Amino acid sequence: MITVRELAKHYRVHERAPGMRSALRSLFRRTYKTVRAVDGVSFEIAAGERVGFLGPNGAGKTTTLKVLSGLLHPTSGAVTVDGHVPQRRERAFLEKITLVMGQKQQLIWDLPPAETFELNRAIYGVPRARFDETMSELTALLELGELVKKPTRELSLGERMKCELAAALIHRPRVLFLDEPTIGLDVSMQVIFRDFIKRYNERWNATLILTSHYMDDVAALCPRVIVIDKGTLSFDGSLETLVQRIRPEKRVVLRFERSVAAADVAALGMVVSHADLVATLRVPQDAVRDLVSRALATLPVADLTVESPPLEEVMSELFARSRAERDSAAATAEAT
Amino acid sequence: MSGISRALGALPTMARVGFADAVAYRAEMLIWILATTMPLVMMPLWLAVTRDGPVQGMTSSDVVAYFLATFIARQLTSCWAAWQINWEVRQGSLSMRLLRPISPIFAYMVEHLTALPIRLVIALPLTMTLLVVLAGETLPDTAALWALTVLSMLGAWVLTFFVQLAIGALSLFMQSSIRIMDVWFAGYMVFSGYLIPLRMFPGWVRGVLDWLPFRYQIGLPVELLTGAHALPEAASLVVRQWAFALLAMAIGIFVWKRGVARFSAYGG
Repeated sequence: MITVRELAKHYRVHERAPGMRSALRSLFRRTYKTVRAVDGVSFEIAAGERVGFLGPNGAGKTTTLKVLSGLLHPTSGAVTVDGHVPQRRERAFLEKITLVMGQKQQLIWDLPPAETFELNRAIYGVPRARFDETMSELTALLELGELVKKPTRELSLGERMKCELAAALIHRPRVLFLDEPTIGLDVSMQVIFRDFIKRYNERWNATLILTSHYMDDVAALCPRVIVIDKGTLSFDGSLETLVQRIRPEKRVVLRFERSVAAADVAALGMVVSHADLVATLRVPQDAVRDLVSRALATLPVADLTVESPPLEEVMSELFARSRAERDSAAATAEAT
Repeated sequence: MSGISRALGALPTMARVGFADAVAYRAEMLIWILATTMPLVMMPLWLAVTRDGPVQGMTSSDVVAYFLATFIARQLTSCWAAWQINWEVRQGSLSMRLLRPISPIFAYMVEHLTALPIRLVIALPLTMTLLVVLAGETLPDTAALWALTVLSMLGAWVLTFFVQLAIGALSLFMQSSIRIMDVWFAGYMVFSGYLIPLRMFPGWVRGVLDWLPFRYQIGLPVELLTGAHALPEAASLVVRQWAFALLAMAIGIFVWKRGVARFSAYGG
């Protein structure tokens, strides 16, 4: 469905130091630097896959999505989406895709969302019967109800995002590019979003690429993740494999019946935290059984859970490692 | 379904939604109409000038007819595409427009045209009544002259829209093209006949203005509506106006396409 080969997107940006002198100098002589937003990324995504794009700010995730949706022309490399070259922005291609950006909107600000839905129906040429069917599904699943009749400007962020998503799906796109779709939403709204997107993917076998800073979005929706950092691909595989590779360990959370001395908890293994009646320990996977047995035997354990490390921690460690590798490579290059 | 038939099929809905958007804010709509009432402000000033006798052949009743006609022409030909494009580029909402399978230029045209009917409903009856009562004898007196007047109104709108499209699309090359629009607008205010009837200028200036686009944005429709030209001259001027309109269309589409290509190359 999606093929990306050695994709690169470089920008030439004007830069100048702060201050009046620099401002005057830049009037006559400008200095530019090349930013490699995406630098040689390759991957393939099959029809119906749900893929999470992960990476720190400025990693190149949004740039990649914009290239895939045809908004940006690549500097080099080859991209196809369902047989189309996105940058040509052919009508047949635009009818197959949608791009939802959490920080940009397509709803008409002063009119109720129902008007934008009607407009999209006309622009995408959706037959009336199919439009009505899609709208009743979207209304039920996203609990749109009376929202569609209120002017967009009077909707809350969460209500607006639900309507944005509905507007983006009226033409039943086969490829969904979602760029931070849950940004700013409360937890319950995020859950509604995730459930809805998963259902849409399963019902229509739609291909989905999601970028999100909320790791819960990615964990709930994307069996596969692609990690981009500084424009290069640093991981492509299952979320589980990523976690195993970066943090091959588990968290054991112990809840005690009464207070326990810190030394007694420390005797079990590496303590991540210990406060009041709860302690969290980090333990290699193959030592979980042993630690649990010892804890149950020696401490007044009321309850225990075994968890994977938080995804946020895994990601920050991954990015820290990438940074360290880059710094080390740069230092080596400088030394030689 | 081809792109053109799809666009035509979408036209009624686009027009209806565009109209709904135009009337969403009643206060804003009235303010916009008030903002275009400068000809009604200029009328008493020029009446004071012509009080003691005709100036450049223009009598007080000519002044009344001229500025009422200017008010009508302004309502029918105004357009704000340059400001809209600048805003969309800056906000990033142009990206969402580019993702729709319909020509953005066509969409802009429909949005702007659909704002006209409500202004007509409010502004036209009053002004036409005044024009007929106060200066009825100056109106075109043949069907052919009326047809040319209507054609010149349309030509003025097309010319204005594509000039604004070209200037608006320059914002895809630079941070903002609003200042360029301001310069153009200053030229429009002075040299189009909007504030100063063109016959008040010396002959050599009028000769120059004949070959600038400003006159064809508002001055010519006003001249035709006030019966300033006989049929052969009117036809020749309308042909010249449409030549300017087609040139603006070619330039506007060219700058837009190059601008969008650049936008796609450098940002979005």
